[in-house]
Amino acid sequence: MSAWRWLVGVLVLVAGRLLRRRRAAEGPPDRGAHAEADVASGVPSGREASAVAPGPQSRSAELVVALLLLLAGLAAAGFVVSYALFSVASLSNELLGGCIALALAFIALALAVFAHRLVPVEELEGDYPGTDADRQREVVEIIEHGGRLITRRRMLVGAGSVAGGALGLAALTPALSLGPLWYTAPLFRAPWRRGTRLVDEAGTPMTAASVEEGTFYTAFPEGADREEIGSPVVVVRVPPSQLRLPAQRAGWAPFGILAYSKICTHAGCAVALYRKPTFRVLEPEPALVCPCHYSTFNPATGGTVIFGPAGRPLPQLPLMADSSGYLRAAGNFSGPVGPSWWGVRLGKAT
Amino acid sequence: MRRLRLLLAAGAFTAFAAGTVALAQPQSGIVRPSSEPAEPSVALGAELFAGNCSSCHGIDGAGVFTPRPGAGDISGAGPSLRGVGERAADFYLRLGLMPLEHIHAQPEIRRVLFSEKETRSLVAYVGSLGAGPPIPHPEPARGSLATGFHLFSEHCAGCHQAVAAGGFVTGARVPPLQRLTPVQIAEAVRVGPYLMPRFSTAQISDAQLNSIVAYVRSTNHPDNRGGWAIGNLGPIPEGLIAWLAAIVLAMLCLGLGRRLRG
Repeated sequence: MSAWRWLVGVLVLVAGRLLRRRRAAEGPPDRGAHAEADVASGVPSGREASAVAPGPQSRSAELVVALLLLLAGLAAAGFVVSYALFSVASLSNELLGGCIALALAFIALALAVFAHRLVPVEELEGDYPGTDADRQREVVEIIEHGGRLITRRRMLVGAGSVAGGALGLAALTPALSLGPLWYTAPLFRAPWRRGTRLVDEAGTPMTAASVEEGTFYTAFPEGADREEIGSPVVVVRVPPSQLRLPAQRAGWAPFGILAYSKICTHAGCAVALYRKPTFRVLEPEPALVCPCHYSTFNPATGGTVIFGPAGRPLPQLPLMADSSGYLRAAGNFSGPVGPSWWGVRLGKAT
Repeated sequence: MRRLRLLLAAGAFTAFAAGTVALAQPQSGIVRPSSEPAEPSVALGAELFAGNCSSCHGIDGAGVFTPRPGAGDISGAGPSLRGVGERAADFYLRLGLMPLEHIHAQPEIRRVLFSEKETRSLVAYVGSLGAGPPIPHPEPARGSLATGFHLFSEHCAGCHQAVAAGGFVTGARVPPLQRLTPVQIAEAVRVGPYLMPRFSTAQISDAQLNSIVAYVRSTNHPDNRGGWAIGNLGPIPEGLIAWLAAIVLAMLCLGLGRRLRG
């Protein structure tokens, strides 16, 4: 995962540097380039009877605009780099926000300078010329003259594309957070093995007899890291007669005791709610509910979604009870633990 | 002016009359014996139970498991009350959760329709139906607020929210807990009313329960840092509201300023 992020960050850096080097090799656009641009835009360069005097060309303003745009591109590249280098737990949010803010601020500044210094302002006195051909030609000239204050068009376009490209890339980068596409093996890893005992929050092994109906328990794998996403399971007990597990999960619920990953398959919140009917005849069936977006899972049918935004069932942990009555895992989860990602249906549990 | 006064007077009179008539109505839904003894008794409880509870909970609290038409053709069905003890009866009756309007309704905290004497009699009667747990006596003064908050966020806040303001779970409304007495809070934890899970002493010890009760009671008087508390939702929504208010104020000032200048 982090290797993937590194790779993307380095790629972006290299691409940015190559672009900049190519631009540097081209050198600052000279007068000739300007003339070419003029020809290309259809404005005859040597016009004698110009209706408007050429405005004061401001080469320093152009330089400032280009510099600001490059800085904006740099800040946007900073966003991509900080996304690639820092994990969510560190300063990453502040860095990401700061970079984007800087990039947008630089672009705003560049536009402000451009508007004030590089866009000619002409005022036409009197009424709008009607059909008078001469006057119309004058207006057309005024409009066409608009671009004439710019002497280094290619530099500005280049700087603009750097800023725009980098900003676009920065906007696309967070899509990587949708999850891995190819290297998904870590998502299927869980600390449960066949025979791992279930322990409660205090570390005491849970016995089948201690699990009552009408309430729920949180359990962890004995001796494993509890912070791992695959560790916590929620344990409930339903009357065995009410179980409707899929055929291949027969024997996963000794005495009607079921264990499911406590991490919601929608957004990864802790499934911390259990609703159980006081009177089965009239009230809704038992369900595990996630408090974040109310995804509701039916423990009796294998954790299937009965309400809410979750797209797949809660992964079930097969259980068995050993000869002394302790609850043990009978294998790994039925599917990948944690929030879903874009390739969730492509992989198989290992 | 005179006509307006007349109209107002007529309106006030109508409202008063309607109110009086409404108050004069007998309390609905409760059937009482023609003469009640002066003291609460299991016998009075049995009579009240037969009249008000048995169409759903069955004769002698045996339960009705397939809905069947009872008095007034209202269908009744309900769990057995044998062995639930005085604890559950006290909880459901003193919060007005029972009797239900109809069998599919969620029990809600409402006005209690039974008198104190009647409630005690019913509780004693339900307790006599089978050996069951007694009414708990939590001692919140012996609990710790910090532990209580920790335990509440772990076990209760998922549904009841961090400041016990209530909310939703799929299929049910979750009540706010401010009105509950310490005894009722303890009863709810142990009984697990309606869709709420119940918590045994193995999960929440009596000492821990004291702390939870202390915390829930403390939400009646949350620690305000001054200003407008906005339901004690926390600094982020409060900040959001402050920003919104500031934006509206700024726009108002801007508009006024323009008007003055123009």
